[in-house]
Amino acid sequence: MIDNEMTWYMIALSAILVNNIVLIRFLALCSFFGVSNKIEVSLSMGMAVIFVMTLASAVSWAIWYFFLFPLKIEFLRTASFILVIATLVQLVEMYIKKTSPALYNALGIYLPLITTNCAVLGVAILIIDYKLGFLTSIIYTIGVAAGYTLSIVLFAGIRERIDMAPIPEILKGTPIIFITAGIMSLAFLGFTHLFGL
Amino acid sequence: MDYTKTFTNGILKENPVLVLIIGLCPALATGSSMNDGFGMGVATTFVLVASNILVSMMRKYTPDSIRLPIFIVIISTFVTIVDYVMHAYVVELYASLGIFIPLIVVNCIILARAEAFAYKNSVFASTLDGLGMGLGFTLTITTLGAIRELIGNGTLSFFNRELFNISTSMNFQPALVFIMPPGAFIVIGFMIAGVRWALKRG
Repeated sequence: MIDNEMTWYMIALSAILVNNIVLIRFLALCSFFGVSNKIEVSLSMGMAVIFVMTLASAVSWAIWYFFLFPLKIEFLRTASFILVIATLVQLVEMYIKKTSPALYNALGIYLPLITTNCAVLGVAILIIDYKLGFLTSIIYTIGVAAGYTLSIVLFAGIRERIDMAPIPEILKGTPIIFITAGIMSLAFLGFTHLFGL
Repeated sequence: MDYTKTFTNGILKENPVLVLIIGLCPALATGSSMNDGFGMGVATTFVLVASNILVSMMRKYTPDSIRLPIFIVIISTFVTIVDYVMHAYVVELYASLGIFIPLIVVNCIILARAEAFAYKNSVFASTLDGLGMGLGFTLTITTLGAIRELIGNGTLSFFNRELFNISTSMNFQPALVFIMPPGAFIVIGFMIAGVRWALKRG
C-alpha cells in the first residue's frame, strides 16, 4: 500500500514494478491487448497515457478535495470523475490538434481510446482511497503510467516475435497472447517484496 | 425479431469476454474465486440490464450528437446505486471486489450494448439482450473463478459454504500461482481456445 510517509522513489518503484497496473492489478487490459502490435505504436500510446493520466489525477484530486468532500456529495464521485476525464480527453485532443499537428498525428487516434481506459479512472479513485496528498498523488500517477508504458512496450516486443513462432493451431491469435501475458505477469510477480514493498 | 436468439446470443456465440474480448479487467481481476466472480457478474448484470432499459426508453428523446455523455451518466447512476447497496448489505464481498465496483462504469460491455443494441431496439428486446449478455459474463467469470480456486487452492466455495475440498480427499498440492495474477491470464487463454474449438466444431 502507498501512503504519504513514503519517499518519492519508493512510491514510484512500487507503482512501476511491484504493483504494476497491468500485470498485477489488472487495469487497462483492453488497450494492453489492443494496441500492442508494434513497439513504436505502443510507445506512443504509453506517452499519451502518461500525459492524460497525470492531468486527470490532478483534476480529480482537486474536484474531490475542493467540491465533493467539503460539500458532502461523495456519492457523485464515479459520475463526476468519468465525465471530467471524458471532457478532459476531448479538450486535450482539441488543444493538441491546434498547437502541435505533429504530436496530434502521433497520438491522435489513441486519445479517444484513453477515455475508456479503466486505469485512468482507476488511479483517480485509488488516490482518493489511499488519501494521498497532492504531490504524492502526482508522483504515484506518473509511476503507474510509467509502469503501463514499460509493460506494454515489453509486451509489444514479445508479440512481434510471436508472429513468427510456430504455435499450435488452436492457440494461434488471442489465446497465445493471453498465455504470454500470464508468463510476463509471473516475471513481474518476482518483484514482490522488493525493498520491503 | 427472434427473442430467443437475442437472449442466447451473449451466452456462447457472442460471449463478451471469450469471443468479443471486452470487459477483461473485471473478469480477470475478480475471478480469483468462484464467489467473487459470481458477485461481480451479478453486479455487472444489474447495471447492464438497468442501463439497457433506460437507454432504450429514452432513445427517442436522446439527441444523436450527445448520446455518449448521456449513456455515461445513466450507467454511472446505476453503478453508484450498486456501489452503495453492496457496501451496506454484502460488506465482505464489497471489500474483496474493492475498486472494481466503481470501475463497472468503464466496463466496455455496458457502453457497447447501450450503443449497439439498446439505442436501436425496443425496451423488451433490450432487457433480454442485457440479461443474456450479463448471463454470459457471469458464467464466464464464475467458471474462471472456479477453475482458479480449484487448482490454486484445492477448494470450491460459494456464499461462504465449502462445496468441495480436494486437498482432504487426496494427496493434492495446490498450485498457488493460479490464484495469483498470472493464473488469470493463463486460464482465460485456455478458455478462449476452448470456446473457439467448440464454435469451430459447431
